[in-house]
Parts: sequence; structure tokens; C-alpha cells
Amino acid sequence: MKRIITAKVRNRSGVLNRITGLLQKRQFNIESISVGRTETEGISRMTFVVEVEDFQKLEQVTKQLNKQIDVLKVSDITDKAIVARELALIKIVSNGQLRAEIQGIIEPFRATVIDVSKDTLSIQVTGKSEKVEALIELLRPYGVKDIARTGVTAFMRGQQPQAGQEQAPFSLLH
Amino acid sequence: MVKAKAEHQDNNPTISHAPKTGADLLIEALIDANVDTLFGYPGGAVLPIFDALYKKKSSFNQVLARHEQGSIHAAEGYARVSGKPGVVIATSGPGATNLVTGIADAMIDSLPLVVFTGQVNQAVIGTDAFQEADIMGITTPITKHNYQVRSISDLPRVIKEAFHIATTGRPGPVLIDIPKDLAANPCADKYDEAFYLPGYQPTIKPNPLQVKKLKEALETAQKPVILTGAGILFSKATEEILSFAKTHQIPVASTLLGLGAFPGEDELFLGMAGMHGTYAANQALYETDLLINIGARFDDRLTGNLDHFAPSAIVAHIDIDPAEIGKNITTHIPIVGDAKLALKEMCKQIKTTPDFSTWLSHVQENKANYPLWYTKPETDMIGQWAIEQVFKETNGDAIITTDVGQHQMWTAQFYKFNKPNRWVTSGGLGTMGFGFPAAIGAQLAAPEDMVVAIVGDGGFQMTLQELSILQERNLPVKIIIVNNAALGMVRQWQEKFYEKRYSESVFSIQPDFVKLAEAYEIKGVKIDTQEELSEKLPDLLAYDGPVLIDCRVLQQENVYPMIAPGKGLHEMIGVKP
Repeated sequence: MKRIITAKVRNRSGVLNRITGLLQKRQFNIESISVGRTETEGISRMTFVVEVEDFQKLEQVTKQLNKQIDVLKVSDITDKAIVARELALIKIVSNGQLRAEIQGIIEPFRATVIDVSKDTLSIQVTGKSEKVEALIELLRPYGVKDIARTGVTAFMRGQQPQAGQEQAPFSLLH
Repeated sequence: MVKAKAEHQDNNPTISHAPKTGADLLIEALIDANVDTLFGYPGGAVLPIFDALYKKKSSFNQVLARHEQGSIHAAEGYARVSGKPGVVIATSGPGATNLVTGIADAMIDSLPLVVFTGQVNQAVIGTDAFQEADIMGITTPITKHNYQVRSISDLPRVIKEAFHIATTGRPGPVLIDIPKDLAANPCADKYDEAFYLPGYQPTIKPNPLQVKKLKEALETAQKPVILTGAGILFSKATEEILSFAKTHQIPVASTLLGLGAFPGEDELFLGMAGMHGTYAANQALYETDLLINIGARFDDRLTGNLDHFAPSAIVAHIDIDPAEIGKNITTHIPIVGDAKLALKEMCKQIKTTPDFSTWLSHVQENKANYPLWYTKPETDMIGQWAIEQVFKETNGDAIITTDVGQHQMWTAQFYKFNKPNRWVTSGGLGTMGFGFPAAIGAQLAAPEDMVVAIVGDGGFQMTLQELSILQERNLPVKIIIVNNAALGMVRQWQEKFYEKRYSESVFSIQPDFVKLAEAYEIKGVKIDTQEELSEKLPDLLAYDGPVLIDCRVLQQENVYPMIAPGKGLHEMIGVKP
């Protein structure tokens, strides 16, 4: 199963190596990892998407991460109300005639063209991974030359649903 | 005790006016950390550190091994017996990489070490400079934490943090890599030492509500067993565990490293559990309905096939490292905290329990019916018997160290550890060559006690250069080589599981160990028969100085009983002659 785990870490040398090394040593597969600074100086946030077999393995991942001296807090936010986004840059084969057509495809994705050359077009898209995937699939027939993806970064929404209400369906009567 | 930090002033007044260097700061920090014994080996990148040490000679007992691996195993032995962190200094590159086995050994067996390595000058780090190795990268997965100091102002704080991390929570090795220029350059007299470790707050105090769950589980249990691990030794909870088990009459099984946490000859003690454990201990773990693990990590050599480990038990696991709980075995009652505090809370909350006497007599019957056994030959020696003689001769009071293999298992089986911190062995990593240097560290930690290194002929040949330390200091370590001219455990597995294809496990030649001892001016004795051993052992053990005893034992002897790989606790073979 795929899980999204975030970790706040102290911005020390070698901290990324510690964490990826640990995940490798314990045989956890990392699908993506993104790192960046947070609002606090000296503290970075890492977001991993990992593929784990079961909840016991998952618990091990978070516990092992927590054991690291430079790791301040680890959260599995998969089941929380979260905002998760990634950014992708996609370079496709294109020419003058195709541009309008491609514009029509990317527009509903709120993607933008960020670079044009004689025979290529570079597109930037942000959103959930599924959305990025969908756009890539639509663009594939035109000939994808290069893709650069940041991996998911995520945090919890400002308001979390109260326990018990989480699954309540929306109803006009209430 | 060894030389304490008696004199702090410099021996040479002309040097004391020189400006302070990073190396001086380091030495001061060591004195502040109450370090009195150093296991160091000099080299290019640590020249400034050893120069600073030279000026503070009288503050430390400096132990010069003949190989860095010897230094670090000695530091491990010292840490295990003294309870204090072992401190090691080695140079960059090969000096540092020679420590790797010991660091990994200390990590998996949770021994507190603070390891200093030299590093090349900062200006050339990353250029493949002479004697450069990326020791940070190499040791990240085998240290509790590691540091490379890049600014001199960080050094005093880093050293404080390192000692704190190494000795608190679940102990472990911490490495500090110090570039040569940083140690050599002049620096200020003092820097801020306040340390800040927001990501490191081990849970020491157990949650009373979790202990209450254990209390409730005990109220309905019929077949409880306590499993004692090394965590009890680290937290010095031997009195508490004895009192708890005695009060409630609960039988006790031990891990390899937990031996000594509970008196080995107590009637409640079932012996070591696991691959070469006793039938009684393993059967109890198999049949139990409430397993109380205190400070053990459910290693695979203990559990055997997980499907058959305590299959019908509620598992309570007390451990200071939350990551150990639920790692291998599904745990119903997790209790994170220090073993001593947990046991105190248990003694406070749990006053009465049901009568476990039916269960107790059942496991004690097993203990009586299936004792550890060996078949004694007419005159020739076997390892089991020889070790038993050492036990009898020392009244179980000696500090015993071992390598890994047959002699280790026989020692765990036949030497009954009635007291804590007398047992120094490489458990998790299973390091050949550990036992002898570890004995040196143990002897330095406990100069008044008898220290016996029981080693194999294979393992001894990996670190025997440390005989130099015995010669130099006349350290009265007694070395007993259980010499079967083979890598016994490898040979045993080849016999059992590889149709007797003894691939590279039998030595065709061997050094003359007695002559070898004599080369170091150490008393050496070769013993071939039972009669000889019985006759000579008392005097050899009582001898005032180091002794090497080359005990020639039969090669074909195997360690029994045994759980074959992949089998469960209830599938032991060789439980009876």
C-alpha cells in the first residue's frame, strides 16, 4: 500500500543520507521524496511516498525514522485531510500547427506553457499525482521528450474532520 | 581502579603557554566527561590529538592495542563491565575503517561507545586525499548517531551530546569525525557547551496504564513466562526482576545477552532460550499464554520460526526502544520505558496473582527431565566439559568473555551466571576475534576480578596480536582456547546441513599457541586430557599474571540441543543423549 509520510528534520549535514539509508537498510521502497525548508529556520520538511506491505511494516518505518536524532516529528498523513501536490515539467515534441491543439488539452488542467522552441514545447503542471499522470497520458501521443517531477509534498489541512464525521455522507436533509 | 584523573595541570610548563588548540579542547571535554581510560591508536590525522594527550598523560590510562579492531573490542568489554562508555580514538582512513566491525558490534548489542576518528584537513575532504575515507557515510547505518565537526566552536557541544546520546535511552556507539586542521589550529579558550537535542527524548518512565494492562493479563494468565534481556542489565534492574519473579513464582528464560540478569542457578530459571537454548526454556516460550519480555529484542536466534514462537500467548514487551516493540513479534501490551522503572511500577501495581504452581511444576519437570547434556569421553577433552570445569573452579564469579560459535554456546549453556555484568559476548553481530580484546577491556574495568577469555582457535587468531597488551601491563587475563582445530560451528552446520562437505572449516595447520604466548613472555600451557586440566586448572587460574591455556578438544563435538534453521521452538533436536 502507498503511504504519505512527512518528517520534520533538523537541517544538518547528512540528514537526507541518514533517512534514505535507513529506508534502504530496512527495505522500504521510496516512490518519491521531496525536501524543502519550513517556516522555522534550520528545520526542513520531507515528504515521502512509500510502498509498504502492511501496517506492521509501516509502523516500523515511522518508528525507525523517529529514532533518528535529527528527526523531530514523523507523521503518516495518508488518512488525514491533507493537501498534497506535486509539480511536473513535461517537454513534448511540437510545432507551430500543434500548439493550439495542445493548449486546448492542457487548459482544463490549469497547466501552462513555460518554454517554446522550434520543435518542442515545455509544460508546467501542478496538482495531485493522479492529475499529473492524467495529463502526461494525454500528452504522450505527441511524443514526450523529457519529464521532471518533484514528487509529492503535502501537509494537513487547517481543519481536520471530527472523529466519527469523517465518513458521513453529505445529505440535503441535515 | 585505573589511574584516575589525578592531575589536570600540564606536565611541561613550557607547553602550557602555547595557545589552546582544538585537540586541547577535546582532551578537556574528555576529562569533563569523567573519561579515565582511552583506547587509542595514533596516526597522521590524529597527531594533534595525541600530542595534546601527551601533555595530559597523567589524566588517562591510555591503552595502546596493536590493531584498531583490538582497541574497539577492548572498549566494548570495558563498557559492558563498567557500565561506562568506552572511548576510542583512531586515525582517518584505515584507522577508522578498522573500527567498523566493533562499531557495528556495539550498535547491535547496544553498547555505549564514543568513537573519535581523525579526518583529513577540511580543505581536502572529498578529494580522495591520503588516508581519506568517508567514515561518516560508512558508519551512518551502524552508529546511534555520528558527527563531523566542521567548526571548532561546535566541538565541546558535540562531545557533550555524543556522551549523552551514547549512554542514555538504548545505549549505542556515537562517532565524532574531527578534521586534522580543526584539531591542530589555535582556538578560543572556551565555547558554549549547551546542547540541544530536540529530536532525542527517549521515553524512560513507563505509562502506568500499560502496566495496568499487564496486571490484568496476569490476573487471567495460567502459564506466564518472563524473558530477560540485556535491557535489565543496562538499567541495573536485577534486584527488581528477582523480587518480581520470586513474589509471583513466574519462571524465567533468558536471551544470550541477558544471562546474569537473573541468577543462573535459581530454581525459577529455565536457562537460555533460542537456537541452542534449553528444552525447558524453549518449551515454556512455546506453551506460554503470557510472555513478559523485559529488555530483549526478539532476535531470530531466539525466536526460531516466528510462526511457532509463543503461538498462543499474549505478548507484553517492555523496551526502552519503541522501534523494537512489534518489530518481529506482534505485541499486545507494549510498555516503552526503562526496565528498572517498569519493574518498579509492576511491583507497585501487581500485588497478587493467581497460583501458577501447576505451570511452574510442569516447566520445572521439563528442566529436570531434559537437562543440558554431553557425553564425556574417557580421557579426551570436549569443550562442554572443559567450560564446566572453569565454572566450577571460579564458582561462577569470573568475568567471562567469548567470541562467537560453539565455545560461545557451550559457555552460555554450562557457565551459570549468577551475577550481573560478568558476561561479555558478541551476540547480535557474532564477531570472531571479539572475546580476547574484550577481556582486556573487562580486566581494565574490573582490575580486582578474575577475567577469563574463552575463545575458539579460529577467533583467537583474528585478534591475537593484543597479547602485547597483556605483556606490557602484566594484565592477569586468562585465555582458554577451546581448540578443536576447526571453525566448529561452521563445521557443525556443514556436517548437519551440507552433507559433511567441510569446506574451508577445518585447519590443516595451526600455530604452536604455547610458543606464541612465550613470544610475548606470557605463560602458555597446552592441555590434552581431562586429567591434565583437572590437575592444572586451579593453579593456572590462580596464577598472578596472564596465562594462555591451549585446550585441545575433540573436533567432532556438536552443540546440542538445537533448533534447526527454519524450525520452531518446539522442534528441538538433540534434547537427550
